[in-house]
Amino acid sequence: MMRCVLIVLMFLLLLGCQKGEAPDSGAGKASGKAEAQGPVKGDTLIMGSIGDASNLLPVLASDASSSDISGLVYNGLVRYDKDLRFEGDLAESWEISEDNLTFTFHLRKGVKWHDGAPFTSADVLFTYELLIDPETPTAYADRYLQVAAASAPDPYTFVVRYDKPLASALISWGFSIHPKHLLEGVEITRSPLSRSPVGTGPYRFVEWLPGEKVVLESNPEYYEGQPNIKRIVYRVIPDESTMFLELKAGGLDYMGLSPLQYARMTDSESFKERFNKYRFAAFAYTYLGYNLRHPLFKDKRVRQALAHAINKQEIIDGVLLGLGQVATGPYKPGTWPHNPDVKRYEFDPEKAKKLLAEAGWTDSDGDGLLDKDGKKFTFTIVTNQGNDQRTKTGEILQRRLRDLGIEVKLRVIEWASFLKEFINPGNFEATILGWTVPIDPDAYNVWHSSKTGPGELNFIGFSDPEVDELLEKGRRTLDIEERRAYYHRFQEILAEEQPYNFLYVPEALPVVAGRFKGIEVAPAGIMHNLIDWYVPLDEQKYAR
Amino acid sequence: MLRYLSRRLLMMFPMMLGITLISFVVIHLAPGEPTDLQTQLNPETSVELKERLRSQYGLDKPLLVQYGDWLWRLVQLDFGRSFSQDHRPVGEKVLERLPITIGINVLSIALILLVSVPIGILSATRQNSWFDRFTTVFVFIGFATPSFWLALLLMDALGVRMALLPISGIKSMGHEYLGPVEQLWDVLRHLILPVFVSAFGGLAGFSRYMRSNMLEVIRQDYILTARAKGLSEGAVVYSHALRNALLPVITILGLSVPALIGGSVIFETIFAIPGMGKLFYDGVMMRDYPLIMGVLVIGAFLTLVGNLLADLGYALADPRIRNA
Repeated sequence: MMRCVLIVLMFLLLLGCQKGEAPDSGAGKASGKAEAQGPVKGDTLIMGSIGDASNLLPVLASDASSSDISGLVYNGLVRYDKDLRFEGDLAESWEISEDNLTFTFHLRKGVKWHDGAPFTSADVLFTYELLIDPETPTAYADRYLQVAAASAPDPYTFVVRYDKPLASALISWGFSIHPKHLLEGVEITRSPLSRSPVGTGPYRFVEWLPGEKVVLESNPEYYEGQPNIKRIVYRVIPDESTMFLELKAGGLDYMGLSPLQYARMTDSESFKERFNKYRFAAFAYTYLGYNLRHPLFKDKRVRQALAHAINKQEIIDGVLLGLGQVATGPYKPGTWPHNPDVKRYEFDPEKAKKLLAEAGWTDSDGDGLLDKDGKKFTFTIVTNQGNDQRTKTGEILQRRLRDLGIEVKLRVIEWASFLKEFINPGNFEATILGWTVPIDPDAYNVWHSSKTGPGELNFIGFSDPEVDELLEKGRRTLDIEERRAYYHRFQEILAEEQPYNFLYVPEALPVVAGRFKGIEVAPAGIMHNLIDWYVPLDEQKYAR
Repeated sequence: MLRYLSRRLLMMFPMMLGITLISFVVIHLAPGEPTDLQTQLNPETSVELKERLRSQYGLDKPLLVQYGDWLWRLVQLDFGRSFSQDHRPVGEKVLERLPITIGINVLSIALILLVSVPIGILSATRQNSWFDRFTTVFVFIGFATPSFWLALLLMDALGVRMALLPISGIKSMGHEYLGPVEQLWDVLRHLILPVFVSAFGGLAGFSRYMRSNMLEVIRQDYILTARAKGLSEGAVVYSHALRNALLPVITILGLSVPALIGGSVIFETIFAIPGMGKLFYDGVMMRDYPLIMGVLVIGAFLTLVGNLLADLGYALADPRIRNA
C-alpha cells in the first residue's frame, strides 16, 4: 500500500518537470497599436506538405517536398524576381560576352554559410564539379555537361564558358550552391548534409523528424536581412482531407487547396475571418496527347475535328469548378513566351462532323458510331492512377466524343507501369497527362523530332522541320525579342497541327492564416517575398 | 519437445531462403525501376544519365547476381541502403517506424481483446437476449463501417468542432518542451482516435469467434457435471468454460504476430502517422527494392516465429497435444 502511494507521489513530482513555458502563449499580448506597426519579427508559419522530403541536398533530390525546403536553405547565383525577370542572388552582377559564350559572375562579399564559414567562388566551382561528376546520382547534370570550361579566378568571381550559346544557361546558375568545406572529399550520398543541410539561405535547418516535420529557423546573418517570421515548420500530412481539418482546427497556417475545398468548403464567415485565400494560374497544363504514329490520328483533320468536339470550358467548370483557364499551347498565359493569338477551336460538333466526314469517317451503317473502310472509330485513352482530375476529364471527353459517334474507352494505370508499358514504348492511342511549365521556354526535349526514341519525352512522335528549326534557334539565342518571335511561330504551328489538344491551365489555390501580412500575388505566385511576411505583435501565436 | 523445437528452428532457414528468392523475383517482375522517379518524364535528364544512374544502383547486373549480392549482405545482417533519394540504410528506416506501428497494433489488439472477450462470454451465456442482439448489431456496424470514413468523421467532430482531441500525428507541435510525463500523455492523447478506429473494425471478428467458442464449450458434458456438482455460475463460466474457449484465441494471437509490423497505409495516411504501412507502400510504388526486401524478410521471419509460438503455446496449454 505504502509503495503504491510512493509511486503515485513520484509520478506527480515528475509532472512538474518542464523545459520551459509552453510554446503556445496565445494572442493575449494586446499592444493596442496593431495598425500602426510595420513588419515585426516573430511567430511561426506551419505549412502542410503531402509528402516528406527525401533528401535536403539539392543535387540529389528531385521531389517537390525536398526542393520546397532546400529552396529556403540554399541560394543560387541568380533567381527570378516576382515578375519573372532575372535578378542576382549570390551574384551581385554578371556580364555576358559579345558572342554569348562566356558568363562572368561577380559574387557578393560577406555572405556566410550557416556554420559561419565564408562563401566564395570556390563553392560555386565545387557545385559545378559535383554536378558533372559521374559518381553523383543526380538528375540535373545535362545543362552543366554543356559547359566547356569553368573557373574561379578570385574568391568573388566565377567564369564559365560554353561551346555553343545556350539560352537557359543563365537560369541554370540559379541552382543551389553547395558548401565545399563540408562536402569535399565525402561521398555525396553518405553526407550528413542530406539530413541536416547547411546553406547560405534565409532559413537555417533546425531539425527533421522523418515522416513528421522539418523545422527551419530564420538566419540572422542572411545577406538580405533576417526574415521576419522566426520559424517555419513543414508538417507531413499525407491526406488532403486531414490537412484541411488541421487547417480548420488551427494546426496549420498554410496549405494548397483543391478546387472543391476552395469553391465549396471555405466560404463561411468564420473561415474568411481567419484565413486568406489566393488564386492564380499555375505553371502547368493538362492535355490530351495523340499517338501520331497511330493510323487513326495521322490525319490532321481528325485531330482538328476532335478539337471542335471538345468543350474545354465545360471540363474546367466540371473538373476544376471553374478554377482554371483554357489552354492553347505549352506556355502559361500572361508570360512573355505565350502567344494569345493562335488559332482556336470553338466547341462546334457540326463542324467536327463535317471535318471527320472529309477525312472519310461517316456513320454508313446507321449504328450511331462513325466508321471508315469497315472499321469503327474507337480508341482508348490511358492515364495514370492517383490523379482524380485526369480521370474526370477523361469521362467528360468520353461523353462528348460519344455524342459525335466515337467510342472512347478509358484506362487508368499505376504510374510506373503506365510509363514502362504504355508511354515509353509508344504503346498507346491517346493519353491524358500534364506538364509543368518551366519559366524558360526552351521546349526542345519535348517537341524536337530527335527526341522520339523510347523513353524520350516526345513520346507522341511529333516531327515538323519548321518546328525543329525554331526550337534549335530558340535555345541558342539570348535575345528575348528574337526568342519570342520563334516561340510565337512555334505555338501557331502547334495550334494548327493539334498534336496535343491543350486542355486547361489549372490554378494554384493557396490559403494562408489571416495573421500573416505582407503577402502579394505576383506572376511568380505568393512565395516570392516570404522573407517579408510578418505577423503583428498582438496576433502572434507561437512565442518560440 | 526439444527435438521438435530444434527441428522447427532448422526448417526456418530453407523457408526463409525460398521466401526471399520468390519475393525478389516477383518484385522485379513488376514494370518500372527505382530510378524512374528521377528520370522519367523529366525534361532535364538524358538517356546517358539514366544509364549512369542505373549502374550506380547495380540495376544493370543480371537478376541472380543482384539477388546474390543482396543475400550476401543480408547474411551479415546488412539490409543495404534504400534506393530512394535519401540513400539511408534500410535498417535505420525500418527501426524508426517499427516502434510506433507495433505500439499502435499492440494497443489495438489489447483493446479488441478487452472488449470482445467479455462481449463474447456474455453473449454466449445470455444467448438471444436483448444484450446478445444489441452487441451483434453493434459489432457488425463496426465491421461494416469504412475505417477512413469513420476516422474523418471523428476527427471533424472531436478535433475541429469540439477541440477535444488532436487530429493527426503522434506528437503535438510543442512536444519537446513538455516534461516526460506530459510527453507520454501527449502521445497517448494522439493515439486515442487511431487505436479506437482500428479496434472498432476488429471487434466483430473476435467477439463472434469468442461467442461461438463459448457456446460450443458450454454445451459440453463436463459443464453439465460442474453445474450438477453445485458450483456457482461464475466458477462454471470463468474457471472451466472460459479456459477451454480461450485455446483457439492463442492460435489467433500467434498468427497475428506478423500483422503487428504491418500497418495499414490508408490508416496511416489519414492520421499522418509515420508507420510501416506507408513506408512499405511508398517503397513498392518507388520500386525501392532493398527496402521492400527488408520489410518482407522481417515479415517472413516474424510469421515463422509467430507460427512456432502459436504451436508451442497450444501444446503448453492443452496437455492432450503435449503428450501426443
